[in-house]
Amino acid sequence: MSRMAATRDGYGQALLDMAENEKVVVLEADLGKSTKSLHFRKAHPERTVSCGIGEQNMLLTAAGLAASGYIPFASTFAIFTERAFEQMRNGIARTDLAVHLCGSHGGTHTGTDGSSAQSIEDLGIYRTLPNVVVLHPCDDVSTRVLTNQLVDLGKPSYTRTARNKTPVFYDGRESEIRIGKGVILLEGDDVAIIACGVMVSEAISAAEQLAEQGIRASVIDMHTIKPLDTDLVGKMASKCGAIVTAEDHNIIGGLGGSVAEFLSSTIPIPLERVGVKDRFGESGQADEMLDLMEISAPFIVAAAERAINRKQ
Amino acid sequence: MSMSISELEELARKCRVEIVKMVYRAQAGHPGGSLSEIDLLSALYANYLRAKPDQPDWEDRDRFILSKGHASPGMYAILAEMNFITKQDLESYRVLGGVCQGHVDMKWCPGVDFSAGSLGMGLSFGMGCAIAGRLSSSVRNVFVMLGDGEIQEGSVWEAAMAAKHHELGNLKVILDCNRIQNDDFCENQMRMFDIPAKWQSFGWDVKEIDGHNMEEVVEGLDFLVSNNDNPAILIAHTVKGKGVSYMEDNPAFHGAAPNKEQFKVAMVELGEAEA
Repeated sequence: MSRMAATRDGYGQALLDMAENEKVVVLEADLGKSTKSLHFRKAHPERTVSCGIGEQNMLLTAAGLAASGYIPFASTFAIFTERAFEQMRNGIARTDLAVHLCGSHGGTHTGTDGSSAQSIEDLGIYRTLPNVVVLHPCDDVSTRVLTNQLVDLGKPSYTRTARNKTPVFYDGRESEIRIGKGVILLEGDDVAIIACGVMVSEAISAAEQLAEQGIRASVIDMHTIKPLDTDLVGKMASKCGAIVTAEDHNIIGGLGGSVAEFLSSTIPIPLERVGVKDRFGESGQADEMLDLMEISAPFIVAAAERAINRKQ
Repeated sequence: MSMSISELEELARKCRVEIVKMVYRAQAGHPGGSLSEIDLLSALYANYLRAKPDQPDWEDRDRFILSKGHASPGMYAILAEMNFITKQDLESYRVLGGVCQGHVDMKWCPGVDFSAGSLGMGLSFGMGCAIAGRLSSSVRNVFVMLGDGEIQEGSVWEAAMAAKHHELGNLKVILDCNRIQNDDFCENQMRMFDIPAKWQSFGWDVKEIDGHNMEEVVEGLDFLVSNNDNPAILIAHTVKGKGVSYMEDNPAFHGAAPNKEQFKVAMVELGEAEA
């Protein structure tokens, strides 16, 4: 059994890693205990800005800090970042200020709080903003590595983390992780499953089930939603001739949409998108939600079979 | 070297002329709020703001954030008078590729510290600049100009509450109370009742002035810069369109350009042409 961890813990650890850089500041909107910025706050209260329950003010305070030479990391729940979308658009993306926004508890996987807390649109909306890098790592190790890389990015970013624990894949593999570069976790040439976040472990399970049928699937961890690693997507498209995307996000606008945009204008091979089918969630356990939304491993298996059957 | 009251008044007059010329040339833009704010901006830039026109990115400069970023002709006029940009740059107002974008933009125009244009954002941004100043042990001040219509945006009050929570004594607001917003008089759009009491209740130090009486403007700015213990706000009662008779107190000139005849009248009234 592999180690289990939540990506939000990787975020909290990364903030501590970068604390020796005096330019790093952390902003919270009353959810530091949940997003895990609380560890930084306890260690460095003088460089932590409490914004109360005020996300709009938090994002632009971060922008003012970035414009003054600081490197701000702001976090709240993914869903509440959306309240400040226009601040992100006009005050951060448009000005190209290196504010790093983390939305934790993303996706339906966040569970029993129900649909009000389950952001299924964050990746899509932030992906539409010029200048903004969008990340959605799959485990605590890659979240920690990617968050540390943001310090030198010099661009605004949005990172979605998840509330609940999922299997860890990158222990000892830290050096393979770079912003903008997808990672091949499994190699096969019948179909490539491109997944992000909590769906990476579902994709691995799906690949194992496909292997029992003699189908060899590649699994790609596409932790960077934007800029999309089009070199890797193109390579996998040419190699496998069929692609499945898998995300705990609305099927409109996220990873699947991004891959579809690229393939349709380059290598128009069969693509099946596994994602939330343009509907809201409800209260339930994380695994129950993935089944209810029809995005858990068996649905990826079925999508892979469909994609393979559509090959010429 | 600071300017006298009469010198400041003449500076503001020259800026008013440029404001009207910019909006007339572009046949678009926001003259009303530019004319209401310009006495305040003239005194601020000439006598108070620590900034270097030849080094607009000087790290330790005072920040000025025009949160009511549509009132950009006023800011461009004073930036030109202070030599951050040239008089010729003013001709690029709302023109493709011009440094004088429709709304003030830090990516385009030297001396602009924040890209505004969407109301309710500048005070939060200024708060970040103020925290940065404190973290850097800098003496720099952060000035934010808000409009009275703008404070209908809820995010302004998030920032007002947070600025006091963080005791940002280096954060100074100038409120241009010209009583008119886009569609109509503020009192018809959203009554705001006792504005000074609202800021006081959020923990701010408050002073009210006539924003067109230059002696009061100077007293008011003295109040802002002499108070570094508490966030402070100067509430300036102004007249929208001040200085051009047909624009004064007229909601139609919030965002409209004068025609040829009106332009001539304005130039006469502003002492720039013979009647």
